[in-house]
Amino acid sequence: MSEQDFHPRIVAFCCNWCSYAGADLAGVSRLQMPTDFQVIRVMCSARVAPEWIIKTLSAGIDGVMVLGCHIGDCHYIAGNHRAAKRFALLKEMLGFVGIHPDRLRVDWVSASEGTKFQTIVTEFVERVRELGPTREFVTAHRRLDTD
Amino acid sequence: MEQTRIGVFVCHCGSNIGGVVDVPAVVEYARALPNVVYAERNLYSCSEAGLSSLKQGIRAQRLNRVIVAACTPRTHEPLFKNACEEAGLNRYLFEFVNIREHCSWIHRKDKEQATEKAKRLIRMGVAKASLLEPQEETESNVIPAVLVIGGGIAGMTAALNLARQGFRAHLVEKQARLGGWLPHINRLCPTDEEAARLIDSVIREAQAHERIILHMPATVQEVSGYIGNFHVTVAEKEGKCTFDVGTIIVATGAEVLQPLGLYGYGRFPNVITQLELEERLRPPPSPSPVNDGGGKRWESTVFINCVGARIPERPYCSRVCCMTSLKNAIRLKKQNPAAQVYVLHRDLMTYGVEFERYYRRAMEAGVRFLRYDIERPPQVVGNGRAEAVVVWDTLRGQERRLPVDAVVLNAPLIPASDNATLSRLLKVPLAESGFFLEAHVKLRPVEFATDGVYVCGTARWPADVSESIAQAYAASAKAAIPMRAGAVTAEAITAFSVPERCMGCGTCVVTCPYQAIELRIANGGHVLSGTEGLQKQVAWVNVVQCKGCGSCVAACPSKAMQQRGFTDQQVLEMISVISGL
Repeated sequence: MSEQDFHPRIVAFCCNWCSYAGADLAGVSRLQMPTDFQVIRVMCSARVAPEWIIKTLSAGIDGVMVLGCHIGDCHYIAGNHRAAKRFALLKEMLGFVGIHPDRLRVDWVSASEGTKFQTIVTEFVERVRELGPTREFVTAHRRLDTD
Repeated sequence: MEQTRIGVFVCHCGSNIGGVVDVPAVVEYARALPNVVYAERNLYSCSEAGLSSLKQGIRAQRLNRVIVAACTPRTHEPLFKNACEEAGLNRYLFEFVNIREHCSWIHRKDKEQATEKAKRLIRMGVAKASLLEPQEETESNVIPAVLVIGGGIAGMTAALNLARQGFRAHLVEKQARLGGWLPHINRLCPTDEEAARLIDSVIREAQAHERIILHMPATVQEVSGYIGNFHVTVAEKEGKCTFDVGTIIVATGAEVLQPLGLYGYGRFPNVITQLELEERLRPPPSPSPVNDGGGKRWESTVFINCVGARIPERPYCSRVCCMTSLKNAIRLKKQNPAAQVYVLHRDLMTYGVEFERYYRRAMEAGVRFLRYDIERPPQVVGNGRAEAVVVWDTLRGQERRLPVDAVVLNAPLIPASDNATLSRLLKVPLAESGFFLEAHVKLRPVEFATDGVYVCGTARWPADVSESIAQAYAASAKAAIPMRAGAVTAEAITAFSVPERCMGCGTCVVTCPYQAIELRIANGGHVLSGTEGLQKQVAWVNVVQCKGCGSCVAACPSKAMQQRGFTDQQVLEMISVISGL
């Protein structure tokens, strides 16, 4: 399967106040981007449990984005700060368990940054296409389980 | 247990969705999904017809979960939730799926893939909806007081409007005087009345009103809390002052671009800004009359519009400058009918009835209009002082040389330099331009997405006096709603703990940014299995204080914390839909 034929499955967790609104603005501005991602709305990037990311990637999803408000702009005082710390650690751990850390992207998108949302999505889809499906890892993992 | 009966309503949104996504195919797909007993499509789900069809569907099909697949929940979610409630369904059994902003509008070229994505998104919504539970909302009180930031015409109008209705208004102005920019203006267009007369009476009234508390010169230093209960700290000359308010109005205004280095400004003394001309035109004791200082009257004046506006780094139209140049051009002609007055513009934006009439008046008065090209901007030439403006006349297709006594530059309003600080303090966004960003440009023009915080005047966008006043009335009317009601209901997306799972470690307590969680002895209400007689501490969430960020839920090591409407199970079900497809 070539990179172009591969349609990755990607989840983007967006916070209600900034990045979800930024994604809305990208829509309102008719900024075009690949179809390979689905947004899941949460109230704050701090709601995204690290466990979700691990479960998501081990369920065969090829990439996860966590997009919050810019540092200092969190609607809930400093939830994004907390998320930043959690996911810095998680990224390290992903490599440790054999998942490429690039399959997780944590970034900040304000309500006015429709263009930035488009750029992040486009870049990330491209990167995940390069990395290929997580299937191999998941299958190997399952085999270990049954052995 | 009651059988789950989901209804799916897919919106065409005219051709916004229907022109890209194959809506009939999506409806067919939705109908076959687990727990879905009914699916239909609407031309506009948010229309009267769409809403009544939704309510009819709930009743006729005995639906106990409803999905609308349409636009962003950030705009119409309350509308559909209300419709559910009117049809007897708890509003928390509704799930919104965004197939417009997040699908049809961003995948216009690939209709097939966009349709597949819409199906996936709806399937995710169905997976979540199956797990939704009815919720009760909690009420909290609203303090009948407002914080108005900014003492210009917009801020004072808003404060007065609320004070007159019986609310206490804290008006914070950073300068040592009220009025904002208006005291610097000579006359107002299009009525030509003196600005001082308007602003002086408003200032007097604001200063005299018993329910307006002036903080001046003062700046807002800290704001915490939420709609109904904001705690505000203001830095004044003599120390700090704290008070509580129910709502906040941002009326901080704008600044004017100083066109240093443009068209000889700062180099030639007779190149001045529109604002400097206003000062000279004001009745005595104005600083200096309209002449060159030596008593010679201006025989030839050139206005240059769009100075530093509508360029790549500042692409917006400042909206008020065209009218200002008309106003002052007419005034100069009135003072000296023989004088030459030119307005060099890129496009003349005289919108509406009054301003178009004003434009005619200027032409009748003999003001000359000349359209220049941004690719070949006017040149101000001179030696020691500006002597002429050389400009390419796009209409005649030739270069003109206009001798001048004075050049007046029309520079745009720009975002106030402290917008970024205030945006952080209040947790409200700025647009890319640097002005404040309202919740919705068409549907919610004077409020922020954050409940209880409103915006008016030039803090939001360049506006003239009448527009600022209209916005101030709008913002204050909006702010009056929760204050008049006396209470607001908080969305039931709060956290809750499952006592049987809680170890009482207190991680959630330190995680919560609102001090909404405490450890309480689990007794009476719930005797924990296997712990009879034991005193066990478990987390307890005060739902009035909880704002529903969910940070504690992600932090809980024993999964005892969950968030209403965003449970682990609901989200993981959505994910398994994507991985299983």
